[in-house]
Amino acid sequence: MGRLSRAAWLYMAAVLTAAAVLLACSIYLHRRLDLGVSQWVLILLVLAILFLVCDSRPTTLTSRQSAWSASSSATLAAVVMLGPLGAALVGVTSLLSMRRGLYVAQRAFNAAMYTLSAFAAGQTYLTLGGTVGVPQKSSFPGIIAPFAAAAVVHVVVNHGLLSGMLLLLPPPESARRARLGVHLPLLLVSDLGFATLGLLIAALWSLVSVFAAVLVLIPLFVARWAIGQFAAQERAYDATMAALCQAVETKDFYTRGHSERVSRGAAMLARQVGMHAERVEAIRYAGMLHDVGKLGVPTKVLQKTGPLTEEELAAIQLHPMRGLEIVRQIGFLEEALAGIMHHHERVDGKGYPLGLARDEIPEFARVIAVADAFDSMTSTRSYRGARRIDEAIAELRKWSGTQFDPVLVDAFVRALDREGWDRPDTTVVPPGFAGGMSAQDHDDPTAPLRVVESR
Amino acid sequence: MDSGQLLLLAAAGMLLVAAVAQTAALGLTQPREAVAFGALIAFGELLRLSLPGDREAAPIGSAGALGYALVLQIGFVPARQPAMQVIAVTAVGMTVGALPHLAAGRPAGVAGMASRLLAVAFVAFVFRPLSGLAMLSMHVWVALTVMAGLVVAGWFAECVIRALIRADALRAKFRVALVDEIRVQWQLGAAVGASAMLIALAADEMGLVALAILIAPLLVTQVAFRRYAGIRSTYLQTVRALARVTEVGGYVEDGHSHRVGRLAVAVGRELGMNEPDLLELEYAALMHDIGQLSLPDPIPGGATVLVSPEDQRRIAELGASVIEQAGVLDRVAEIVRCQDRPWRGTESGNTGSGSAGSGSTGSGSTGPGPPVGSRIIRAANAFDDLVGPSTDRDRTMAALERLRLDTATQYDPGVVEALSKVAGRRHPARR
Repeated sequence: MGRLSRAAWLYMAAVLTAAAVLLACSIYLHRRLDLGVSQWVLILLVLAILFLVCDSRPTTLTSRQSAWSASSSATLAAVVMLGPLGAALVGVTSLLSMRRGLYVAQRAFNAAMYTLSAFAAGQTYLTLGGTVGVPQKSSFPGIIAPFAAAAVVHVVVNHGLLSGMLLLLPPPESARRARLGVHLPLLLVSDLGFATLGLLIAALWSLVSVFAAVLVLIPLFVARWAIGQFAAQERAYDATMAALCQAVETKDFYTRGHSERVSRGAAMLARQVGMHAERVEAIRYAGMLHDVGKLGVPTKVLQKTGPLTEEELAAIQLHPMRGLEIVRQIGFLEEALAGIMHHHERVDGKGYPLGLARDEIPEFARVIAVADAFDSMTSTRSYRGARRIDEAIAELRKWSGTQFDPVLVDAFVRALDREGWDRPDTTVVPPGFAGGMSAQDHDDPTAPLRVVESR
Repeated sequence: MDSGQLLLLAAAGMLLVAAVAQTAALGLTQPREAVAFGALIAFGELLRLSLPGDREAAPIGSAGALGYALVLQIGFVPARQPAMQVIAVTAVGMTVGALPHLAAGRPAGVAGMASRLLAVAFVAFVFRPLSGLAMLSMHVWVALTVMAGLVVAGWFAECVIRALIRADALRAKFRVALVDEIRVQWQLGAAVGASAMLIALAADEMGLVALAILIAPLLVTQVAFRRYAGIRSTYLQTVRALARVTEVGGYVEDGHSHRVGRLAVAVGRELGMNEPDLLELEYAALMHDIGQLSLPDPIPGGATVLVSPEDQRRIAELGASVIEQAGVLDRVAEIVRCQDRPWRGTESGNTGSGSAGSGSTGSGSTGPGPPVGSRIIRAANAFDDLVGPSTDRDRTMAALERLRLDTATQYDPGVVEALSKVAGRRHPARR
């Protein structure tokens, strides 16, 4: 956290000061309590505990990046039962969050952010005519509209303050912000979904008091469990897929790690051109699996040093179809399958298997083609050393418009500038390596496959 | 269709007819409320989700129906719907919600609907007559306790019904099926039960608006489960698909991995293995030949039983190390590693059956022999090498005979026995 820019520190100081001033003023002005003191304190305590329980292990609903916490249900219950001051106090407890790995500055900022958004929500609720206190039957449906407005204000202020901070953070965090933007709609919906739990807690308080919070927590924890399982399964899935793809690659020393790098490159390029998160995920998998069909190509063809016969060339050119045949049963997006099948098409229509041109080639395939060729060129091959990044970029530009989509080549270069590229560092084949190695690389645009001249 | 499922459908159908007839005769009590709950149930049925293991659930629909069965008061008015009306409204709501599924060409999922309906009926029959008691409306804690007890009982009854159907359809053991069912369902069951009580309480306090408000948090739970179930099934599909690379590469015969996978799972189920173990067994069976990819060229004729023991050893080791790379499938790797080990049963045939059943936890190597998963794959692999895609009865019998002859050292007699039962089912006419 020491690497914050001056602007970020200023921003944080402003938010903290605003929260502190607001809190101090409202404590000073707030002399009259609507409830008895003991009940007010009891409710505050219960909601603060609820807030901490929800906040200590935030859950990611949309994807790995955007942590989301159901703590807003506690804040919004406080808005109804305790008013703006109580809600702000519940927000302050975020200081005590049991979340691990938080810096002091992060805690302070979070607490200030929650305080401000809770206070804003509380004021909105009051302004629109919501009555503060434990709701009775006669309060409904009157308080629903002010509550809904308060929930929206809470979410908006919260996300507004947070994205302000993320904007000012150094690159890895601001990349997170970019992805957050993609997820924003779903994030807002889930936030509002859990905000309504706040209304439920308040509504049931007069019936079952503390038990309302318990009852509300059960579905919340189940949702969190499912999301945790999802994340664990997703990690396991990625690892398994990578292991299986590696197994396919073991046949050829030089292409080790190729699938994983193409997967990363394709995802990077997809993000650069602003694809939706779901499609980025799909292209990540498609990139990983783009060459599985190569297994159907006999090893002796892959390792042949001389020119290929027509049949051998055909065997190599069949591999996208073979790959499709293997991958088809997986419930991927249709686009991912198309990406695997057509990743060797060329923009000028001279590619394979179908010879599609320009826009006829599915976007996924055009993206994978760029990442595929780039990784091939920056990796060592038996007939040449690895090219430098700038040399490979120059080659991409040279083939831009004939082999590759010019728009995507430009975007890829920009993405490289921003995120960089890890070249493989395997240059020496260990003696006694059991697998073989290819003599030619079908992915390399600078060294096309040599074919025996037909008479 | 299986007899158990038929029985379930008949029971649910009769209940449905009786409930609708009685409700029609008596007229709807509090029609506005009935329509609101019916709409919630239909909406929930529309948003069905599948749980691991090809199960179906409609958490929002179930919560709505249970809430309708449990509600004591809606706003200022006591809820007076009789149990039969609860059932009728639930059934009609479910049917309406299922129609779009039918229109989209998806299976109607009648069995799932029937078991959900029976669970709701159970809760309604017990709770509706009690709902007029002053004790419940005066003492909210008594009411809550009764509701919680009923929700749990209803959930358990649904699990028993589902387990019965499943055990019947898959030829699994009932006890194993019940434990599997409870393991898969309890989290969602808890969420549904708590939501049903929330609906009942919130309707009391807020009136019908409560239904609309509760949809939001229920949806979040639903989305979470959907994603979880989705990645689980993609995982399995992917392993199934990628297991085929050995076939495309010409290392083994077409369809070999899938046949061994199916056979191994059927044998494991016959031996009373539970679902998590069966899943690992299936993964191991699908990938048992993956080690061959590390060989520069296919072994002539594929990795059949005829390959030398050294080659089999090497393939098993290489396969296990590939799977270990993933870092999350260590038990699967262990099963693959031990697949070539002979069963060194020193005792006579029938005791083997008992030990295979009891050692079915499948974890590591229990005792001196290889894990039960490895023993199953070894036998299933040998069987498929000898029989292949053929369904010829004589060939099947000959293969089984050959395996039986080797039960002294090579194959686990209990596994071979289970295998012959499973293989025998493929020829029901001449069994």
